[in-house]
Amino acid sequence: MPSTTINPTRQELNRLKNRLRTSIRGHKLLKDKRDELMKQFMDVVRENRALRRRVEEGLMRAHGAFTVAAALMSPEMLEQSLLYPKQSVELGMTFQNIMSVDVPQYQFHTTSQDPGEIYPYGFAQTSGELDDAVDALSRVFADMLRLAEVEKTSQLLAEEIEKTRRRVNALEYVKIPEMQSNIKYITMKLDENERSNTIRLMKVKDLILKEALEDRREATAEAIATFGGEAPQPV
Amino acid sequence: MYKIAVMGDMDSVLGFKALGLETCPAATPDEGREALHRMAKENYAIIYMTEQLAAQLQPEIARYKDALTPAIILIPGKEGSLGIGMANVKTAVERAVGADIL
Repeated sequence: MPSTTINPTRQELNRLKNRLRTSIRGHKLLKDKRDELMKQFMDVVRENRALRRRVEEGLMRAHGAFTVAAALMSPEMLEQSLLYPKQSVELGMTFQNIMSVDVPQYQFHTTSQDPGEIYPYGFAQTSGELDDAVDALSRVFADMLRLAEVEKTSQLLAEEIEKTRRRVNALEYVKIPEMQSNIKYITMKLDENERSNTIRLMKVKDLILKEALEDRREATAEAIATFGGEAPQPV
Repeated sequence: MYKIAVMGDMDSVLGFKALGLETCPAATPDEGREALHRMAKENYAIIYMTEQLAAQLQPEIARYKDALTPAIILIPGKEGSLGIGMANVKTAVERAVGADIL
């Protein structure tokens, strides 16, 4: 049964039929979009997990070395050594379009070319563990950038998939069945009207016939009364 | 040009300075919140945040989750990983698929 009142008219029926056609087409397209997004998402998430594991391991190693360095050096010395970095990182960002979802892609380059040149301090007054820590950090940094890219992508894709999935389900389980039942309701109502119209016409025809018959009978009876003679055999 | 920032307690972020990243030491959640909003308005593309700090800034981070920039990426602080980063990956899968299938 239709939930809201709808006009059982032909115009409404046509409108609904058009909407149903569009909805079914939209549903098919959205379903395809969801499937493709899901495929992409699974790849991204797998990479995300692997990268995260690697980055976390690398960072823990760096933090370990750093803690040792911090224990060996005074906090002031430590801060002083790292205060003015020798290299700086430049980050560029472009966007890639995955199934109409914009995801970021980062390009970075550092100002210093030589990987041995990253230590912003003299070796004389710092402990060797600090070198290890900085080295470990710079090693894990490329992975960290990739992780940022992949993780953001997976978050954005997850959001889009959720939205698309909701739309697909709403169309499939609510909108399309509702429209189909409305169309059925209107068709039945229109058919019913059609039938009742036919019956009405038949009744009216009967009435008219009966009246005509009575008129004829009266005329016949009058004629007999006027001219006499035998009454005709009833038909 | 976009910028990269690292947020967290002093000891955890100091090392990143040597790499040429901007560091933003935040001792309290309030400081972190303020810094986060400030950086989100400027053109920071990536903000790395220690899990220890992120645990206290959940609602703020959720706000930027669906925005294109900044990408807030959790990293373990010097006390070690709390597993929030991995849990977030899992949440993303659950959000998309409806169940954790990995």
